[in-house]
Amino acid sequence: MTRPTDPRRRRFLTRSLLATSALLLAGCDRLSRSDAMGRLFDAGEALTQQAQRLLASRESLAREYAPEDIAPTFRANGTTNPQDAAYRRLAANGFRDWRLTVDGLVERPRTFSLDDLKAMPARTQITRHDCVEGWSCIGQWRGVVLGDLLAQVGVRDAARFVVFHCADRYRGGDRYYESLDMREAYHPQTLLAYDLNGADLPVANGAPLRLRAERQLGYKMAKYVMRVELVESFAHLGRGRGGYWEDRGYQWWAGI
Amino acid sequence: MRVLETWLGTNRNQAVTVIRRHSAFTRLWHWVNAACLLVLLMSGLQIFNAHPALYWGKDSHFDSPALSIRAVRDDAGEWRGITQVGPYRFDTTGVLGLSGPAEARERRAFPAWATLPGPRWLAAGRGWHFLAGWLFAPLLVAYLLYLILSGQLRRRLLPRGHEWRHIGHTLYDHLRLRFPRGEEARHYNLLQKLAYLLVLFVITPLVILTGLTMSPSMDAAWPWLLDIFGGRQSARTLHFLCALALVGFFLIHIVLVLLSGVGNNLRSMITGRYALFPETVPDTAPETAPEKETRDD
Repeated sequence: MTRPTDPRRRRFLTRSLLATSALLLAGCDRLSRSDAMGRLFDAGEALTQQAQRLLASRESLAREYAPEDIAPTFRANGTTNPQDAAYRRLAANGFRDWRLTVDGLVERPRTFSLDDLKAMPARTQITRHDCVEGWSCIGQWRGVVLGDLLAQVGVRDAARFVVFHCADRYRGGDRYYESLDMREAYHPQTLLAYDLNGADLPVANGAPLRLRAERQLGYKMAKYVMRVELVESFAHLGRGRGGYWEDRGYQWWAGI
Repeated sequence: MRVLETWLGTNRNQAVTVIRRHSAFTRLWHWVNAACLLVLLMSGLQIFNAHPALYWGKDSHFDSPALSIRAVRDDAGEWRGITQVGPYRFDTTGVLGLSGPAEARERRAFPAWATLPGPRWLAAGRGWHFLAGWLFAPLLVAYLLYLILSGQLRRRLLPRGHEWRHIGHTLYDHLRLRFPRGEEARHYNLLQKLAYLLVLFVITPLVILTGLTMSPSMDAAWPWLLDIFGGRQSARTLHFLCALALVGFFLIHIVLVLLSGVGNNLRSMITGRYALFPETVPDTAPETAPEKETRDD
């Protein structure tokens, strides 16, 4: 009781403390991998989505910036140069043969060339891109409002999600895909963009067409979009969680 | 034996008064809050590691971060952990930038022992962070309302006029690690009051609001968040600084809890009971004259 300086005792205490914290940390890692914790994370995500839906109205806009706020170079992340042979052929030809397919739960499935899309009314917006990693970059996007495109094909009542199928395979793995629900899909700032900072969308940033969903994080904004599919559920796609990164543990609700 | 008795507050030779210091709600909030803060801090460091640099302004000026933690090869080709704050570079190998056992050095900003989960895993870090946030933020609001509505804020935390006049004296006593006894220990002193007020009503609300500012959906809902913090990247930097301030508060809190009678303090936060010791104890008698203490009141 009165031997607070006994070195052996102190070493024992220190080691016990270290061992306990190591066990605790290892426990947390195992916990993070457990199904129960996964379900808790999903519950937290559902709560966040509900709360943000309550606070942000259907129409509330993401901040739009001034031309002088545009970053000198827009950082490209994820896949920056798809190796897919079909994609390389399209790129070599300046995407003249590229076609966007819009199908699934729609009245009039059809394809659009890049010129078809550019002939439609366009929206230009200077917005901030927020990566899930933490950085932000401001750029000017021009493209078709997704809602306008959906109006052209006639969305059926059963449709609940818009799925974006892409040409890229991140690190040669599964094909990238993403999904939005109808509320985010019909948001006035949700675009299929073909222009970045006044020039054709570069390959690094998703040429010829990428999604902009300005109230969401960067991984939602699929690049190299080849097909837009309207579905009732995304359970049959990939691993069933609604997107490439979602299938790897990231939240489907990317509003935070 | 005396040490132990003082520690536990059970020395029967002293005229000890036991008071109820903390309500059940305060005690429950304190421990749940402590667990939340630990999870928030460690998962926050995991999230930081995904892009270990901070910036001021609306977006990231990748060439001129306000702070960055990375691994850089030195002239001999060896990896070094480098922390850079503005123009100042510090070699932080072993802890920041480069850490882990010598045979398996890892290039990561914060070391594995400080992050939740330990390995690099952003998705799970975010899962933990938001889950704990959902417990932490509503509980904070509930606790602040409780402090205000129960009158405890006014009675226990708001400084009184005469305390300001003694601020120099209180500070001097604190620096000498001389803690109040007897009646004086019944109330928080001015420094305690100011520290708790700052943490509860400034830093913690700030850490929540700057956290929300990083959410693109929140920025659409409440665009004023971006204006008050000067942009999303400034908010991210402030979020980190608030967390740092909370760590600082935690360290001082622990040291003072340990030095001012750890058993008594812990008991008051577990059962609520807190022992008041007589103002003078024979072998550690403070030289302060009691009459001088009461004259100004």
